[in-house]
Amino acid sequence: MSLTTVADGAVPQQNWLDKIGAGHVILAVALVLYPLVASDFFLTQIAGYSMIFGVLALSLMLLAGYGGMLSLAQITVAGIAAYAVAILGSNNSNVLGFGWPWWIVVPFAVAAAAVSSALIGWISVRTEGIYTLMITLAIATATFYFAQQNYAIFNGHSGYAGIHAPVFWGIDWRDPKPFYYLCLGLAALSYAAVLYGSRSTFGMTLQAIRDNPRRMRALGYHVTAHKVFAWFLAGILAGLAGVLLVWFNGRVSPGTIGVDVAIDILIIAVIGGLRHPIGPFVGAIVVILMQTFAIDIVGAERFNTLIGLVFLAIVFISPDGILGLWGRIKPHLAQGSLRAGP
Amino acid sequence: MHRRTLLALALFTGLTAPSMALAADDTIKIGLLATFEGPFTVLGEDGERGAMTAVAETNGTVAGKKIEIVKGSSDASPDSAVRAARKLVEQDGVKVLVGPLSGDEGLAVKDYAKTKPDVTFINGTSAAQDTTLRNPAENFFRFSTDGAQWMAGLGTYAFNDKGYKKVATVAEDYSFPYTQVFGFMAEFCKAGGHVPSKSWVPIGNKDFSSVIAAIPEDVDAIYVALGGADAVNFLTQYQQAGGSAPLIGGSITVDQTVLTSKGKLKDVLKGTPSAGPTADTNDAPAWKAFVDAYKKQPGAFPSPSLFAHGYYVNMKATLLALDQVGGDVSDGGKKLREALSKLSFDTPTGKVSLDKNRNAVADIFLTEVTEGSDGNLLNKLVKVVPQVNQTLGIPEDEFMKLGAVNRDNPSCP
Repeated sequence: MSLTTVADGAVPQQNWLDKIGAGHVILAVALVLYPLVASDFFLTQIAGYSMIFGVLALSLMLLAGYGGMLSLAQITVAGIAAYAVAILGSNNSNVLGFGWPWWIVVPFAVAAAAVSSALIGWISVRTEGIYTLMITLAIATATFYFAQQNYAIFNGHSGYAGIHAPVFWGIDWRDPKPFYYLCLGLAALSYAAVLYGSRSTFGMTLQAIRDNPRRMRALGYHVTAHKVFAWFLAGILAGLAGVLLVWFNGRVSPGTIGVDVAIDILIIAVIGGLRHPIGPFVGAIVVILMQTFAIDIVGAERFNTLIGLVFLAIVFISPDGILGLWGRIKPHLAQGSLRAGP
Repeated sequence: MHRRTLLALALFTGLTAPSMALAADDTIKIGLLATFEGPFTVLGEDGERGAMTAVAETNGTVAGKKIEIVKGSSDASPDSAVRAARKLVEQDGVKVLVGPLSGDEGLAVKDYAKTKPDVTFINGTSAAQDTTLRNPAENFFRFSTDGAQWMAGLGTYAFNDKGYKKVATVAEDYSFPYTQVFGFMAEFCKAGGHVPSKSWVPIGNKDFSSVIAAIPEDVDAIYVALGGADAVNFLTQYQQAGGSAPLIGGSITVDQTVLTSKGKLKDVLKGTPSAGPTADTNDAPAWKAFVDAYKKQPGAFPSPSLFAHGYYVNMKATLLALDQVGGDVSDGGKKLREALSKLSFDTPTGKVSLDKNRNAVADIFLTEVTEGSDGNLLNKLVKVVPQVNQTLGIPEDEFMKLGAVNRDNPSCP
């Protein structure tokens, strides 16, 4: 599950430590050993949940950072996967629930999410900047209200409850430790995939299209197809996150895919920073910690104000998010160590 | 590389759980879950006032231990309620939890309660029928009554005394208003009334013009079961659209949370009959004492809303039971739950006891909105319906045959 195994066999002739970076190795070891020190609550409600939202924000980072397409519909795509799990698998809401085994349900759910993401991309890809934001916001809002008022498929406001994570190999995958490793595995895989993808031919082409679509078109690249394919890939990530989200909550309702959640995803991506795939995960941890513990700091009346102020402060100090903040501090630290020399 | 190492370290230290200090022996932690965000914020804050009134009555102690209230916030969606409940139980380590406020939240928290048999859950004001009627949880208690019970007497009163034969309903689209409409129609249809049109609107709806246009012209009255901002928005827009049909109010529609809102609603609301677990002009000394105690809470309404009342009753029951067991929940709350099941006590609104599903049997008040001497709108007590049980006095097997409440059940067009 860790990053080490991913790159181990890939580059035999080069020093593997140099190739993947010491930071990654330390991070991987720390995350694998994390359950030894963490309580169940921190394992699932904070770490697991952060990684699910991290992957969701990563799918947005892929679109926005490499493709220049800012989307508010990522939670909608995840929601499609989540609802698909509820409908194709089993639930206790007495509506639909085909009871298929998880190994059929999950691929179906992720495929449904990826295809809908590609569709959303295909609709919005002709727009740019704020118009992409508007069109995806419209899609997210429309889906939310449709889910809320449709009873045949989405079961209205109450949605679906009683959805269980699968039990196989004698492990209940919703137990804190297995679920944590499941989230960690997905997060590590998605992170590695995006990092690898960004250096692949497709990733380079996508970034070139972001920087100058006209020139790329003139060079003979099919700009729309590349963008729609990026949406498809982002849909796979969001869909996988959606499957974990529904296993995590055990339920899905329109509240899961509301506009406020869509904005949370955007905040996570922006807070973390859109320049590197680690950004969404850093952002997710900050946002989830704030949302969970702000109420203990300032009480029930004003905790949302505190959350807002902290986010405002981060964006005000560093428009590039926490990653950008780090990028600014680093040169100072480096100079400090130079000065400290004899 | 250096950068990443530091980043990794920062992440690791940030994610390491500080081991939470367990509650000391001389304090007892009680979780309080209410809607401190979203469309029902005002309601949640009044619920908190009610709960704190009960805590203040015992000077913040129970069985010689100090009470520590840990608050959790939800936004009326079931997901947020479960998330907040999980944080209170799994992180803050509460063994007793009072809440949640809204109907679908109650259903979700009941499901969560089944996975935590050692924790005792006492309802806030969530009033969906199936939280306790069908498939209940052994450790979920409701000392406040459900939405159908709250309607006791209203259907008959509307048909016989007010003379309404045809009524349209407008209600929010989730389990609590379904339960309210069920409670109203159970009596109204039995008395011979008809409900030709039922409109269900999403929570937080802003524009009611299409709903107002869809109300048939020839109805005698409109039954409105909307809460908080939704009720104010509907009533304002209905008035602006020139609507003149008299209203019948759901329990939270003509509650203090709506009656105290500013604007021209006064003329529309005056004379609206309703029913619920409280009546503002109740003359009983116990109620008056409760109102005085409630008013000491910061930001209190002129009269406690049913949320303040519901949270008060449930918190009071919790404290009484905790007192009986000497504040001891070290046995996984077994003794506490036994004490709760047997508990029967006098609330500001009369005697409350539990049935076999741990749902309250209590008095219900039939009311009508009037203007008080100081210009505030109040719910005037018309009649007390004594000791209403969850099956509304119908034998249980017969009641269960009516089916689970939903948008289409019951029906009498």
